[in-house]
Amino acid sequence: MTIDAATVRKVARLARIAQPEEALEGLARELNGIMTWIEQLSEVDTNGVEPMTSAVRMLAPMRDDVVTEGGDPEVVLSNSPKRAGNFFVVPKVVE
Amino acid sequence: MSDLTTLTLKAALDGLADKSFSSVEITQAHIEAVEAARSLNAYVLETPDRAIEMAKASDARRTSGTVGRLDGAPLGIKDLFCTKGVRSTAGSKIIGEFIPAYESTVTANLWRDGAVMLGKLNLDEFAMGSSNETSAWGPVVNPWRSNSGNAKLTPGGSSGGSAAAVAAELCLGATATDTGGSIRQPASFTGTVGIKPTYGRCSRWGIVAFASSLDQAGPMARTVEDTAILLTSMAGHDPKDSTSLAVETPDFAAFVGKSVKGLRVGVPKEYRVDNMPPEIDALWTQGIAWLKDAGCEIVEVSLPHTKYALPAYYIVAPAEASSNLARYDGMRYGLRVEGSNLTDTYEKSRAAGFGAEVRRRIMIGTYVLSAGYYDAYYLKALKVRRRIADDFDQAFEKVDALLTPTAPSAAFSLGDKSDDPVAMYLNDIFTVTVNLAGLPGMSVPAGLDANGLPLGLQLIGRALDEGTLFSLGGALEKAANFRSKPQKWW
Repeated sequence: MTIDAATVRKVARLARIAQPEEALEGLARELNGIMTWIEQLSEVDTNGVEPMTSAVRMLAPMRDDVVTEGGDPEVVLSNSPKRAGNFFVVPKVVE
Repeated sequence: MSDLTTLTLKAALDGLADKSFSSVEITQAHIEAVEAARSLNAYVLETPDRAIEMAKASDARRTSGTVGRLDGAPLGIKDLFCTKGVRSTAGSKIIGEFIPAYESTVTANLWRDGAVMLGKLNLDEFAMGSSNETSAWGPVVNPWRSNSGNAKLTPGGSSGGSAAAVAAELCLGATATDTGGSIRQPASFTGTVGIKPTYGRCSRWGIVAFASSLDQAGPMARTVEDTAILLTSMAGHDPKDSTSLAVETPDFAAFVGKSVKGLRVGVPKEYRVDNMPPEIDALWTQGIAWLKDAGCEIVEVSLPHTKYALPAYYIVAPAEASSNLARYDGMRYGLRVEGSNLTDTYEKSRAAGFGAEVRRRIMIGTYVLSAGYYDAYYLKALKVRRRIADDFDQAFEKVDALLTPTAPSAAFSLGDKSDDPVAMYLNDIFTVTVNLAGLPGMSVPAGLDANGLPLGLQLIGRALDEGTLFSLGGALEKAANFRSKPQKWW
């Protein structure tokens, strides 16, 4: 398993984090170091083991599908980087 | 009245109850201590006006008669907890100006019980780190110094601000969170007590998420009893967190001081790792002897998958983090750096807003969840996680609790490990297993190393059996008689 600069570029794009071209080699080395250390998991026999998806043995609780709060656009918009009236202003999504 | 800062939480509550001093007096003493200790960088936001206002309200309640279990006690809050109307940053530039419109359930529980907020405490960015060096606000400095030099030491992480503030007497106790050891390792590095309760004991609602299946809030304080008092307030079922357990919260303080005679305490042989400093090994042996003297039966147990816990964690935690942190896109809140189009804006905002370690973990998480790798890494890690949890289940058929060291070293110098991610990750070697299995774990200060730096011992319990940990922790604390404090240099 080797992570090269091209893989880092792809992963950075998936993660939506801009990475300058000159940083890719260094990041590839770092990620390789970490992933090589993680490789030791392959030593563990996990045949027939159920994956552990939750730290507690409980069923997801059910609740009524009702509105509990809302109706306060000032609160919702209070941390917005850019707003117009009661709307968030975002970059154009559809060309 | 600066001596009021040296009180334990319990003594302070007793003093408030018998009106030896007011909440305003003890709060003012802490505000002055906090201002005088800015070189430690423990607080990223001081809220003295709010503190005095809360203290006055507490004193008024004290006069009228109806008080809560923490009434008037000044506390510090890790900046991962959202506090209504008070900037909450998670140690990150990406939400560096964020002012929540809501209060986390855990802090709401503290205010319900009358506690006073002194301010927000520094931490590793999004709680990702073991030295507090990933904070956008710069590292916290450990109030402890080696007796062989004045190098600045780390207080540990990620709850480094909480640990330093408690050790330096800048609050009576603090909230903290623990995803892989972030309460227990800093407690060990600063000679303080910290407990990560059972997963689901404290609500995660309003705590900035790192890895949701591992994150759990808990208290840090200077005595076992103080952490018990705090946890009793912090814990409780919350319908707003679907993983919050619908169980009663016992009065944890009632377990401190209870006899531990006849309890079976397991010593897992796999925790005797290579390169462990002999002092830590010796302290562990000493801890075993202390519990034996207190009447415990010591049993050697095996947790065969221990060595795989950290690698499994470094798949599970980054995978969950990459998903959780996808929300920081610069659209509805947080930092936005305008780009040439939508994707460019996302990418520039996230590159500018996240620090190097957070970017690294998001990248690892994205990689292990990406097409073609999911089964090989993520699914494999979840299966290894099951085997680690099974190890504990088997051990707890034979014993009531486990005793281990908390961390593989004492506090190290700031900058020592920041160039080597894996060396930094190894700090959590003894603590991370507990998060994977969802169990409670506590660190109790047990002694000093040759450099005069504190070392902690860890107790691990069955799910929802924090009570036994408080009893055993109290017994260890009594036997260790740890009275050392950092020499004030700040």
